[in-house]
Amino acid sequence: MIPTEILYPILLVYVVLFGLLTVAGLLIWVERRSLALWQDRWGPNRLGPLGLFQLVADIIKIFTKEDWIPPFADRGVFVLAPTVIFLAVIFSASLIPVAEGLAVFDVNVGVLCFLAFSSMGIYSVVLGGWSSANKFSLLGGMRASSQMFSYEVFMGLSLMGVVMMAGSFNLNDIVAAQEKYWFILLQPLGALPFIFAALAESHRTPFDAPEAESELIAGFHAEYSGMKFGMFFVGEYAGVAVMSAMIATFFFGGWQAPFPNLFPFLDVIPGSVWFGLKTLAFILFFILIRASVPRPRYDQLFGFGWKVILPITLLNVVITGAVVLATQS
Amino acid sequence: MLKDILSVVQSTWLVFLHLFRKNPTIQYPEEKAYLAPRYRGRIVLTRDPDGQERCVACNLCAVACPVDCIALEGTEDETGRRYPDRFQINFSRCIFCGLCEEACPTYAIQLTPDTELAEYNRQNLVYEKEDLLIAGEGKYHGYNFYKVAGLAIGGKDKGQAQNERAPVDVKSLDL
Repeated sequence: MIPTEILYPILLVYVVLFGLLTVAGLLIWVERRSLALWQDRWGPNRLGPLGLFQLVADIIKIFTKEDWIPPFADRGVFVLAPTVIFLAVIFSASLIPVAEGLAVFDVNVGVLCFLAFSSMGIYSVVLGGWSSANKFSLLGGMRASSQMFSYEVFMGLSLMGVVMMAGSFNLNDIVAAQEKYWFILLQPLGALPFIFAALAESHRTPFDAPEAESELIAGFHAEYSGMKFGMFFVGEYAGVAVMSAMIATFFFGGWQAPFPNLFPFLDVIPGSVWFGLKTLAFILFFILIRASVPRPRYDQLFGFGWKVILPITLLNVVITGAVVLATQS
Repeated sequence: MLKDILSVVQSTWLVFLHLFRKNPTIQYPEEKAYLAPRYRGRIVLTRDPDGQERCVACNLCAVACPVDCIALEGTEDETGRRYPDRFQINFSRCIFCGLCEEACPTYAIQLTPDTELAEYNRQNLVYEKEDLLIAGEGKYHGYNFYKVAGLAIGGKDKGQAQNERAPVDVKSLDL
């Protein structure tokens, strides 16, 4: 028999990996259906119950498509690029505390690891755009990198308020510190920039300038086909799921039940269910944003990032620091 | 800047409210959209109230057709009544403009509210006379061209049509 202290973490790895992939796959269907509802359409509703088998059809289609590498592309990098985004997302997913003390990689500096892993995804986009040897792809990759420069800065800073309030870089401790009040109430000026940065990090509208269908055709993945395109696609959806989970973890109490003082009976529902519900809510929020907000010109995006969000984030860090110092002494 | 951000929040909220809107989509194969009786769809050849073909093979529809999708050849039976020997409409060319229906002097060719013409084989879109000819009168009831035309055919002589006086016998005129 395998001892439980070995079996248990291995099982957890597979559960998280399987869960992430399932969610990422389901999101293809969820996005198409909910986007359609917000646009007064039905979306894919013909295949199986509620159109769920559309997912299977999509996967079969993408697997059987011709997987073509353009002769002018930088072959090695071209093949490597789609895997990077997926690995980066899987790494960040391993940090998420799904329930109390339950994370694949429960590390002391979880916040820093999360920032590091999630920003690795940018290599995928930049390398994909570069190796395609196509001017539109290159423009997309370039936009992605410049977008990262403006959004990565306050992504880290916006979490510093949370870290100061929780007194720890450990994600599990951060969730535990939200037992009384969620950090969205204490850190609204930290939460807003983080949500913006999460949108930018997962290249969702209105921050999808690297993809920009109307200007760059498909941006960085214009030359990709078949399952290599599928990797970008699934990587993006997994990124959306992980970013939603992170918003829930940092600002909406992770696996904590809501309103512990008002409705203590909500504790009956296990923490992992609460965590899943919160994550789902943010995934739907991401899709709602896509349904309603148009894509701005990309210098406007950077202007907004540097001139509005960054000062707000800095202000938040200063105020939170002062309050924490004052209350501790 | 604050105004811009509020406008984004407002439009997001308005889009969210669309979740509760009634969906205008018609689920096609199960539900079908209402098509008006005079909708311009599949073309048919109709019969007069006596059950005989209305078409007199005058070729006006073929001339009026802007895409030349109608081909016919007329012939005559032993009573002198003209009818099409062969009548073809190529629906892969037809643009459903309805000009043939307007050109037809006998209400023979008519457009119907039927749009379901899909075929797997393109050749099957060429409709022959037996595909086009229907049993009824179509949109215009009670009209019989030979009953109002002053043409002598078998069983109906000159002067026997509706509202037609008997022809004048010139030899009887006393001048």
